[in-house]
Amino acid sequence: MFDYNFHWRPVIKSLPELLEAGLVTLQVAALSMVIGIVIGLGLALARLHLRGPLRWLATAWVEIARNTPALFQLFFFGFGMGAWGIHLSPFLIVLAGLSFNNAGYLAENFRGGFQAVPETQLRAARSLGMTVWQAYTRIVIPQVFRIVYYPLTNQMVWAVLMSSLGMLVGFRELSGETQFFASRTYRIFEYFAVTAIIYYVIVKIILGASRLAAWRLFRY
Amino acid sequence: MIEIRGLHKYFGELHVLKGIDLDVHNGEVLSVIGASGSGKSTLLYCINGLEPIQQGRIEVDGTDVHARGTDLNALRQKLGMVFQQWNSFPHLTALENVALAPRIVRGLPRAEAREVAERQLRHVGLGDKLDVYPKALSGGQQQRLAIARALAMEPRYMLFDEATSALDPELVGEVLDTMRLLAEEGMTMICVTHEMGFARDVSDRVAFFHQGVIEEIGPPAEIFGAPASEHLRKFLAKIR
Repeated sequence: MFDYNFHWRPVIKSLPELLEAGLVTLQVAALSMVIGIVIGLGLALARLHLRGPLRWLATAWVEIARNTPALFQLFFFGFGMGAWGIHLSPFLIVLAGLSFNNAGYLAENFRGGFQAVPETQLRAARSLGMTVWQAYTRIVIPQVFRIVYYPLTNQMVWAVLMSSLGMLVGFRELSGETQFFASRTYRIFEYFAVTAIIYYVIVKIILGASRLAAWRLFRY
Repeated sequence: MIEIRGLHKYFGELHVLKGIDLDVHNGEVLSVIGASGSGKSTLLYCINGLEPIQQGRIEVDGTDVHARGTDLNALRQKLGMVFQQWNSFPHLTALENVALAPRIVRGLPRAEAREVAERQLRHVGLGDKLDVYPKALSGGQQQRLAIARALAMEPRYMLFDEATSALDPELVGEVLDTMRLLAEEGMTMICVTHEMGFARDVSDRVAFFHQGVIEEIGPPAEIFGAPASEHLRKFLAKIR
């Protein structure tokens, strides 16, 4: 039928390196989520409450992040910025690209979340003498997080999978590492099959952790 | 004392309050009645600065609420507010609902804020619900929670914005009882209300709002017993 002989031994031998690269993937994805959440909140609030240039900037950010390929966004930070003499390390290219993309998608989730919290909650908080900052950080945003919690988890999964684009800018995350070994041994199928399983396990762990955290956090 | 002089309020083109003059003295309970849309609730929002005003002035203990440079966050600690939609914070337990503002606004240490909150929750009859989330409370209980939350700031004035209108009829009584209790304790209160029984029995004065002006104001016996204005007579006839 087909005469390909599977050779798993090289893959097994480099499993420790692959798992380590899996951790790099997890790290860059998690970090890009933290940055994406902070910026995404800012973008959402800018689109809801500001007028003028900052609002346009936020809208442009969201439009570009959501409507162009993530790969192009990565290339922008990789090669595009090189045109201005700014050279980022592969890690920073991927982190910046993913954060940019996450922020754009999360901004729209947050925007919906903010609109779902009744305005009277803000009024009640303000009537108790809370500042705008206190009212948002203590009353509004915690409620927004519950509303957007599952989309947030999705975005984290997406960030892990999207980080595989890192191999195209020379970043040795899970896919980059896999590519490195695969091209050295020509066991391309075997390597990527195992890596796919590692991705699968990472995503499952994230989903499990997310469910556990939700159960702890959202008692109400 | 709350002093209101020549107050005008617009929402865009809509002229909601058309020249309000009103004094509310310390220890007084003032009920504000009138048809929906007559500007009653808006008046409360103007008093604690949640809504800007276009003309006139409002002073609370001599502080001009709408003057530039007035510290509204400090002022609002004097003015407890209870809303029609009780607005309990759903992500916090009853105790946390009440203890939060004393801690972060008044700056009380955690333990002390907790003590204040427990005392106020017991005060309104929720002493056994400290660790319960709002969704497990009835509407009446949530409204009492909102009252406790406002009281925990130790306000000098309480503003009630139709505190019972969103409640099921059988739950109105417990909230009115709590309001009565506050009145007996000498709290200065402005109560926008549709509960004529409460207005008659508890208030020192009743103000009748009609289309953005106070058309009649006086002791409940006069307002309900001998209404002078035609609109008030019609209003009373309709709700009886």
